[in-house]
Amino acid sequence: MAELHLSGVQKIYPNGYHAIHGIDLGVADGEFIVLVGPSGCGKSTLLRMVAGLETVSDGTIDIGGRVVNNLEPADRDIAMVFQNYALYPHMKVYDNMAYGLRNRGMAKDEIDRRVREAAGILEIEPMLDRRPNQLSGGQRQRVAMGRAIVREPSVFLFDEPLSNLDAKLRVQMRVEIKRLQRRLGITSLYVTHDQVEAMTMADRLVVMNGGRAEQIGTPIELYDRPETTFVATFIGSPSMNLLEGTVAEGGTSVALDSGASINLPDPRADLAGRSVTLGVRPEHLTPAADGSGMTLRLDLVEALGADTLLHGHLDGDERRLVTVRLSGHFAPGQDSVQVAATDAVHLFDRETGGRI
Amino acid sequence: MVENRPYLTVLSHLVVILGIIITVMPIWITFVASTHPIEHIMDGTIPMWPGDKFFENYATVLGAGVADAGGIPVGTMLFNSLVMALSITIGKIAISLIAAYAIVYFDFPFRMACFWLIFITLMLPVEVRILPTFAVVANLGLLNSYVGLSLPLIASATATFLFRQFFLTVPEELAEAARIDGAGPWKFFKDILLPLSRTNIAALFVILFIYGWNQYLWPLLVTTDESFYTIVMGIQRMTQAAESLPLWHLVMATTMLAMLPPVIVVVVMQKLFVKGLVETEK
Ligand SMILES: Nc1ncnc2c1ncn2[C@@H]1O[C@H](COP(=O)(O)OP(=O)(O)O)[C@@H](O)[C@H]1O
Ligand SMILES: [Mg+2]
Repeated sequence: MAELHLSGVQKIYPNGYHAIHGIDLGVADGEFIVLVGPSGCGKSTLLRMVAGLETVSDGTIDIGGRVVNNLEPADRDIAMVFQNYALYPHMKVYDNMAYGLRNRGMAKDEIDRRVREAAGILEIEPMLDRRPNQLSGGQRQRVAMGRAIVREPSVFLFDEPLSNLDAKLRVQMRVEIKRLQRRLGITSLYVTHDQVEAMTMADRLVVMNGGRAEQIGTPIELYDRPETTFVATFIGSPSMNLLEGTVAEGGTSVALDSGASINLPDPRADLAGRSVTLGVRPEHLTPAADGSGMTLRLDLVEALGADTLLHGHLDGDERRLVTVRLSGHFAPGQDSVQVAATDAVHLFDRETGGRI
Repeated sequence: MVENRPYLTVLSHLVVILGIIITVMPIWITFVASTHPIEHIMDGTIPMWPGDKFFENYATVLGAGVADAGGIPVGTMLFNSLVMALSITIGKIAISLIAAYAIVYFDFPFRMACFWLIFITLMLPVEVRILPTFAVVANLGLLNSYVGLSLPLIASATATFLFRQFFLTVPEELAEAARIDGAGPWKFFKDILLPLSRTNIAALFVILFIYGWNQYLWPLLVTTDESFYTIVMGIQRMTQAAESLPLWHLVMATTMLAMLPPVIVVVVMQKLFVKGLVETEK
């Protein structure tokens, strides 16, 4: 059990590549933090610095009140689960889990107790005598989890632990990991590029982009109040629609470049005349009566059962793709629909992409 | 896939049988010859079936040795060969493992330079560097010793290279997981890398043992003391017995005995050997 604090953490790789540009993050005891972002944004780098597998170029990493920058991974009181599990292929499941404890010189019966307890929690007791190559992907994942659990660490580190599993198992393991973390109450740092995984598992999310933390917050905060267009489009599926426009006189509406106009729920007189990017999520566009709203020319209709996704573009703007999510079914055969935005619209500066 | 074409089956079996005959025939003749008295061999027709002198011939060879070839008992020569082959094999494997481990897992200055230096020595087998090597061994006073027989043959670029290639295929995460598990460099090597290399080691053991066993030129150069003669040179000396005809029946018995250890090594290591060649256990 411990808090984890990163302050001003930077990473410059020996080849000069500046992978992390200074990250500050405080993680409360028992909190589940997800680092999410597109591939190559530095998530693994950051996690590996916490693990001690990469050196810290600048800033400090503090686990449980102790600066660990110069400690070996084994001395940091962390446990890590790797994407490809990294189980020792020649050792039985039991030994895979016990290896780290033996290296610490722990007594045999204590090791046995911990391994059996972890195996019980993870329901892998019947497999303790098998080798990793005699296990399925999901079972290997559990063994990897077991190896982390037996250490009873202060911090769990996960690097995309589910990305090698098939979709169904991924959902199942996602729930299990989350439940397990709750039960053990161990502070966790979890890396993924999958925003659904991130949203469902995290107490708080860190959305990373190009080695920087774009925004840190709870899933709902990020969904309701994205601070940048990057976060706005990254969180939520399908992505938020971004439409260019200009705030009208009096700030009560935005005149889109396509010609249509969208009313603002809270008038923004301060922004009158300013060029903005207006963001509206697919689920916040609803069908409107003929003559009102905007005309969406349909390119593609995807029926998901409960919902229907309409893809198309607005009249007057051929380039910008717009997605609408309707609940229920959609009568086929139409080539355009009238849509209107609900109150949940977001305004971003057109130049910087920051929320205004 | 397996095709069901009878004439192809017959043909392929014929080829295989022919191959076996070509391979086995000389060994059979050697064995047969080693069980006859010398007169049967010298009278012009090679017997095709074993004679009745099996025990006698082998007892002579193993016991007293062949007088005309210096009278060194074959047992001594077999022992010398065994010591030399094992020293070369174990030495080569040990050194190559350690060198490859250093090159793959440690970041030290001139790492690649070291690798290329080792790699370049591939171009310098014993036969090429035999004179300078002999000079060095002689100056060190290692002539007529087991060290002199095996040491110069131990440094091995081939095995280093093979282990390097194997280590490169071991996922990096394994080393990282071991670090997190508190395994230092030595523990990682001993507990993880070595067991993973098991099949590769077995395959190399077989190949290197035969390489060491079959050394001819080098032992010939560095040994003048008969008690250090190896079996391969011994056979050669027997066929060149001075002043008399070679005692072919005893030469053949010795040859049979010389073949035995490599065969045993192959048979014992076979399972691991094949595994090492065809699969990587990761
Ligand atoms: N050892 C390294 N040397 C140089 N650059 C690296 C190294 N490892 C990763 N990088 C670079 O750092 C960036 C972040 O990598 P990483 O943290 O692995 O991204 P991800 O968010 O996909 O996990 C990438 O652009 C990658 O190319
Ligand atoms: Mg990564």
